[in-house]
Amino acid sequence: MKTASKDISAMTLVKEALTKAHQYQEQYHIFNYFNDTEAIRKAAEIDERIKRGENVGRLAGVPYALKDNFLSPEGETTASAHILEGFTSPVTATAVKRLEDEGAIMIGRTNLDAFAHGSSTENSYYGPTKNSKDLERVAGGSSGGSAVAVALGIVPFATGTDTGGSIRQPASFNGVYGLKPTYGTISRYGVVAMASSTDCVGFFTENPEDMDLLMKVTAGQDPNDMTTLPDFYDREEKFDDPIKKIGVIKDFDNEAVSPEIRTCLSREIEKLKAAGHEIVELNMPALKYALAAYYIITPAEVASNLSRHDGVRYGFRSENVQTLDELYNNTRNEGFMPENKRRIMIGNFVLSAGFYDAYYLKAAKARTLIIQEYAQAFEKCDLILTPVSPNPAFKLGEKVDNPVAMYLEDMMSVSLNLAGLPGLAIPVGETTNGLSLGLQLVGPRRSDQELINFAKRMRGDHESAEDEHVDLMGGND
Amino acid sequence: MVGKTKYIPTIGIECHVQLSTKTKLFSEVDNDARQKSPNSCVSPVDYGLPGMLPRLNKAAVRYAVRAGLALNSKINLESRFDRKHYFYPDLPKGYQTTQLFYPIIGEGYVELPSGGKVRIEHAHLEEDAGKLSHENGDSLVDLNRAGTPLVEIVSMPDIHSAVEAREYTKELWRLMTYAGVTFGDLYNGNMRFDVNISIAPEGSDKLGTRAEVKNLNSFRSVERAVEYEIKRQARLLDKGEVVVQETRGWSDATGETTSQRSKEEAQDYRYMPEPDIPPIRLTEKDVVEQKALMGIPLWIYRSFLRKFLSEDIVEVLLDYKNLTDALFQLNSYLCDAMNLTDEKPATNDQRKVLSSKLKKIANLFSSVLLAEENSSLLNDELPTSEQLNTLVEMNEKNELSSTGMKEVFIKFFDPEMHFKDTRTIAKELGVVQENDLGELEKIVDAVLAKPETQKAQEDFKAGQEKVLGFLVGQVMKESRGKANPSAVQDILRQKLQ
Repeated sequence: MKTASKDISAMTLVKEALTKAHQYQEQYHIFNYFNDTEAIRKAAEIDERIKRGENVGRLAGVPYALKDNFLSPEGETTASAHILEGFTSPVTATAVKRLEDEGAIMIGRTNLDAFAHGSSTENSYYGPTKNSKDLERVAGGSSGGSAVAVALGIVPFATGTDTGGSIRQPASFNGVYGLKPTYGTISRYGVVAMASSTDCVGFFTENPEDMDLLMKVTAGQDPNDMTTLPDFYDREEKFDDPIKKIGVIKDFDNEAVSPEIRTCLSREIEKLKAAGHEIVELNMPALKYALAAYYIITPAEVASNLSRHDGVRYGFRSENVQTLDELYNNTRNEGFMPENKRRIMIGNFVLSAGFYDAYYLKAAKARTLIIQEYAQAFEKCDLILTPVSPNPAFKLGEKVDNPVAMYLEDMMSVSLNLAGLPGLAIPVGETTNGLSLGLQLVGPRRSDQELINFAKRMRGDHESAEDEHVDLMGGND
Repeated sequence: MVGKTKYIPTIGIECHVQLSTKTKLFSEVDNDARQKSPNSCVSPVDYGLPGMLPRLNKAAVRYAVRAGLALNSKINLESRFDRKHYFYPDLPKGYQTTQLFYPIIGEGYVELPSGGKVRIEHAHLEEDAGKLSHENGDSLVDLNRAGTPLVEIVSMPDIHSAVEAREYTKELWRLMTYAGVTFGDLYNGNMRFDVNISIAPEGSDKLGTRAEVKNLNSFRSVERAVEYEIKRQARLLDKGEVVVQETRGWSDATGETTSQRSKEEAQDYRYMPEPDIPPIRLTEKDVVEQKALMGIPLWIYRSFLRKFLSEDIVEVLLDYKNLTDALFQLNSYLCDAMNLTDEKPATNDQRKVLSSKLKKIANLFSSVLLAEENSSLLNDELPTSEQLNTLVEMNEKNELSSTGMKEVFIKFFDPEMHFKDTRTIAKELGVVQENDLGELEKIVDAVLAKPETQKAQEDFKAGQEKVLGFLVGQVMKESRGKANPSAVQDILRQKLQ
């Protein structure tokens, strides 16, 4: 990505991004908030510092888009939820602080499914974001706004959160890179919680190199998040064998997955084979429980984490209130979206007396099985290549009234979140009607950098193949 | 006694102890909100802002270990937090972070001073909620207390009377204050009790239905509430009615409990493992370290005091750790002065000397400092062992009467005097007794020469013993209190024979 220097000013970078952002907003509805004034002020400051010859950081003057569930005092943090309307945070999220300490400049807050509940960004209180390739299709979600902002070239990177696929799926719907790091790599402090045990902060970028840089800047232990892992990213000099054993999950090879995605996967497998990698077929029967376990564990945590939105201290409060019960009921009823309420109801149900053992504990056991199964898989292979979602971007409104169909979109992404594994969505071409296709690379815990490196190599192989093609054409001339 | 049937009460108590850590359980704001304005000790974490995560205070974990050791409990080397959900304006996150499934403190017991034993089921770490107050139809929330670390101690139902309930709560208070884990200020809610009470006819092998009286904040109210509940439940059973399982509130003013919530209305707390805090892992070494750091346990103080004091006074003094600490220090001071060591322990005679000195000072503490009018002195700095030792020695040499001793003792607390040595204070007060027999004889002679004593002298000679007191008084007056009264008495007897 371009950083500000004596040759190109931060002001130029930021203004260019802001102009594009405003220009695309009406059609795509990407942003909940534009940070014009602050962004311009910061750009001027950085340019001033560059003039003085100061060290301005690794992301000097780089404009970026912030998913609107990260806390910072710049603009309201709404999480695209009515119930957080009017909430301006006094706190800055650790990830945001680390980016800005290196000179990155936030130009706007991006749209998401309210509280990140969804796979299409249609559950936003402020309306859906449109797909970057097809205005009639969904952006994917929940980090839809961020994915589209990068896909349209408004910003070189955007932040996201991935609880069950919320970075990887919109990344693959829009043809950009999206990383869900190992659980605990980047601090969750200051990020509106969805499900604490699976939430991960990550990014959308145009290429693996930028992803690597962003990880170097933001990964690392944070005393404010007790679940962060000791620093590991870019810390270990490991021998990185260029030839890998790549696992392919047989269990995902069925009718539930669209032919386009299956073809796309087989094509990539062939390319990998051609490049000398070994393909290992994996049977992972426990993965069939992943979606069910996910939709028990995460709603439980969702119900718990959303309890604080009670209208007492901040955000929206219903005006039509006489008693304490009414304060709670009316505020939460008017303030949450239907999908929020659905998950709160499911969560409270599975935690209630008499059902905890039957649902929550059983789901926790399934989760353990999935963790074990992945551990066994990584004894046989170095990394796994799978689809991110069973279909390319679907039509706006197509699944809104069918929550189960919407949940099925997550069937290939959620198992990583349950197991805490890193997953990198990589763009691998387009369907015949121009929709983006993506696959994900999955590795063992803490293999984030290896995934990024492998993605670089895959793209390299791809590009050199294209180069050859061009040469051949040249030869014909 | 109520009715014909004799009932046996069964009582279990849950006690919430606020830990006196510098900062809160999950944030780094001041944990001591006394004399602070509402909502001035609140961090974004305690306020329940979105995106905030708990940051566990390790000091609270150490205090919990000490509390557990004071309860003779097994310390669980791995414990975890859970979330307990309910909606209330004083609970910012909509759940309380507590420990349900894996508490830090396991089974233990408390020995009551009167000899009984109450088993501890477990004790756990959790956070306190805020406080609500109601003014002119508005409800106000103060979150200063939200996030204060608590240890909740859950007893087994081993208590069988109101008196025992009071004794147990008091002993818990002592155990926790001696372990140094709480300020123990009951007035400010540092310890609060929930009491479960049921009664069953004597001989019955089934327990009765229990009622829980919540939020009692003094030993006296625990005792009164239990007394009331026993009577209320007995009255119901005598009438052939049933006791309802419910939560009841206590009013100190009316002396009654009233129904708050029945079992049917009881909340489902939807407990869930806390995903934001990894398990607490301790080593045996951590536990041993806390044992060393927590100071002398209560039982050692008690057995030390019982060597020279009656049990009643021991139990009174134990409520004042500064006093028992002073006695402990005086003891080591005296042992040093007598060159006593572990290898060379006190002989029987030396032990008697020690005991007599300690007893005199202990009595001084209880008669002076525990008297209502001197209660303000209790929090002041106490005299040094050296000052106290001289005080006792002067008394033993008849240089100070017991009244003189008290007067000097009180002067120790005078900011102008407290740094002075005992003898100087005694002299300045003019209370050093005259023991020089020659001097005393002169004073006695002068008194006997006074006309107003003539009648008394004759009466005494005629056999009226009691007038001797009057004469001694006159001599004391003449000496301005400095004469040693028993010496004066001897001289008078001689002269009037």
